[in-house]
Amino acid sequence: MKHLKKLIPYTLIAKIHKKIAPYFKKFVQAPTEKYVFAPLGKFGHFLTHNKVFMKKQTSVVFFNKYTYRITHKRREHIIGLSFIMVWIIGYLIFTLYPVFYSLYLSFFKVGIDGQDLNLVFRGFDNYKAVFLSDPYFVEILLEYGLEMLINVSITIVFALVIAMLINQDIKGKGAWRTVFFLPVIITSGPVISILIDQGATTLPSIEDYGFIDQILNNVSGFIASPLQALFEQILLVFWFAGIQILILLAGLQKIDKAIYEAASIDGAGPWETFWKITLPSLMPLITVTIVYTVVAMSVFSLNEVIIYIQGIMLAESTNAITTGYGYSSALSWVYFIVMSIIILLFVGVINIRRRSRA
Amino acid sequence: MKEKIKNKEYDQVKSRLKSIMFGSKLTNGLFFKMLIYTLLISLGYVYLYPVLYMVTNSFMSMSDIISVAVRWIPTSLNWENYRIVWQDLNYPSALLDALILAGLPAISATVSSAFIGYGFARYDLPFKKTLMTLMIMAFIIPPQITMLPTFRMYANYELLGSIRAFVYPAILGQGLNGPIYILLFYSFFRTIPKSLEESAQLDGAGPLRIFTRVAIPLAVPSIIIVFLFSFVWYYNETYLAGLFLRGSDMLTLPLLVEEYINDFTAIYPEGSRARELMQAVSLAGNILSLLPLLVLYFFTQRHFVESIDRTGITGE
Repeated sequence: MKHLKKLIPYTLIAKIHKKIAPYFKKFVQAPTEKYVFAPLGKFGHFLTHNKVFMKKQTSVVFFNKYTYRITHKRREHIIGLSFIMVWIIGYLIFTLYPVFYSLYLSFFKVGIDGQDLNLVFRGFDNYKAVFLSDPYFVEILLEYGLEMLINVSITIVFALVIAMLINQDIKGKGAWRTVFFLPVIITSGPVISILIDQGATTLPSIEDYGFIDQILNNVSGFIASPLQALFEQILLVFWFAGIQILILLAGLQKIDKAIYEAASIDGAGPWETFWKITLPSLMPLITVTIVYTVVAMSVFSLNEVIIYIQGIMLAESTNAITTGYGYSSALSWVYFIVMSIIILLFVGVINIRRRSRA
Repeated sequence: MKEKIKNKEYDQVKSRLKSIMFGSKLTNGLFFKMLIYTLLISLGYVYLYPVLYMVTNSFMSMSDIISVAVRWIPTSLNWENYRIVWQDLNYPSALLDALILAGLPAISATVSSAFIGYGFARYDLPFKKTLMTLMIMAFIIPPQITMLPTFRMYANYELLGSIRAFVYPAILGQGLNGPIYILLFYSFFRTIPKSLEESAQLDGAGPLRIFTRVAIPLAVPSIIIVFLFSFVWYYNETYLAGLFLRGSDMLTLPLLVEEYINDFTAIYPEGSRARELMQAVSLAGNILSLLPLLVLYFFTQRHFVESIDRTGITGE
């Protein structure tokens, strides 16, 4: 029997297939046809075979003239689009429209008359006022920039140190990861503000020693005030490092042990291995971490700039230029641009060595 | 001769000690491990100091707070603070409200992120790169920029003051930190081999069936992780909740506690006795509002800490 089967020519198979194919058509149908159009009976048939939209076997004809050949690639595109359509609609409604509307508003002076907005076109006046007429904003912005540089660096260095410590040969790595991840669960605006109020965010018992005061007294005034603010809130900075510890830990574990062994055979000490092997392998992760940290710190509800913008937004709108929604929109856009500049600065500095080498 | 033997023993003991303490490399020795443990324990203590502070102080009665001698261990387990907060906040119903308020958007965000992540991962769309860049940019934009137009839009659609202000954006994938979840699912679905999908296609499955029968069962860990994270972030979200949910009967628990404390501090001026007592009560309120999260974390901590490993962010 086996030999017979090998001898049956292909033409015979094609003849047989032609005969029985119509019976199979009932079982192999696209889901859309099976579940949507077929149950509707004649109406379903009409929906797909009319002058506007006619569905042929491999193509679709619009208005009896434009033939759209449904190739495999195009079908994939259509299916992918229908998965993503949810997101596209949501993005247009909830993200793009508010962003553009706020950009539009930032060129106006906005007053509220009950329900409507009273718009007076101002051109770039709002933006000029941000820098020239507002007594507080530029100062707050500079403080924010300085704070961000210091805080982000400390957070990442701290996260790196802890990740390297946990990565050693110690017992209970899972327990340590749990401990250091806990603040991520707890962080929320009110909790943090209560902790700050009660002074629980400095290092414990450190004011019992005159350590910090000595340092502060010996450093010039410009650096001393952010440093003092830093020490008062140092725990807050540490608590932002929760997720970064996990990211860096995952990255550290991916580095091949063989590289370390090769380096130590060549006589590299721990310091050199750190700078030449560990850090370069972690560079992409550090970039991601920096972006995430800057964004998280900038959007945090207890941030100075945010509180200020909030104040402007909710206050009474007078005739002065530094009030009202248009002005606060301009403020937020300036803030956004500054934040992007900071991110680009960090990323550029980190990646500058790679580019010069490659 | 005797001195030579004594020296030899002394040297042996010394080298034994050295090999235990310092090991063959520096990192094998006991000394190094002790150093690491010390560093970790001290850093962990500094890290958890506020939590310990909150817990111990919330048990203190008024006399304990005022007395200087009591710092860490209260004289007795004083449940009075908790009782006050329990009654005033109507804790059980507030808790239920807060759980629903966090859970419902979390579920919708998970479901929609799974869909969208799968779409991005599997199918080659035109403008895919542009869309993904747009998505990441949506993450960077601070909410202040869009707050007023969003507020007016919600008012127009009558979404204010109800949970729908959170759920509707979440279902469409624009919820809190939405791009993070979509990226998570995206990088996870990319690791599923295409041959699985093709074998399902051979068996006659359409795209939807492939999604529900093949992709979702494989993605269960990611689903758990995204649900947990979005639950925690929605639960802790007081800023947007204060903005969009005012005037509804459901508020997030941290927000309720904050309002409660604000009411109190408005009545009693700074520095008075009552203000000191308020410290303990406010801490107790905080702990109560965090309690569900801590319990959740205790039971599912493994998922949290292993989540980053699973994102594939480090690249294979």
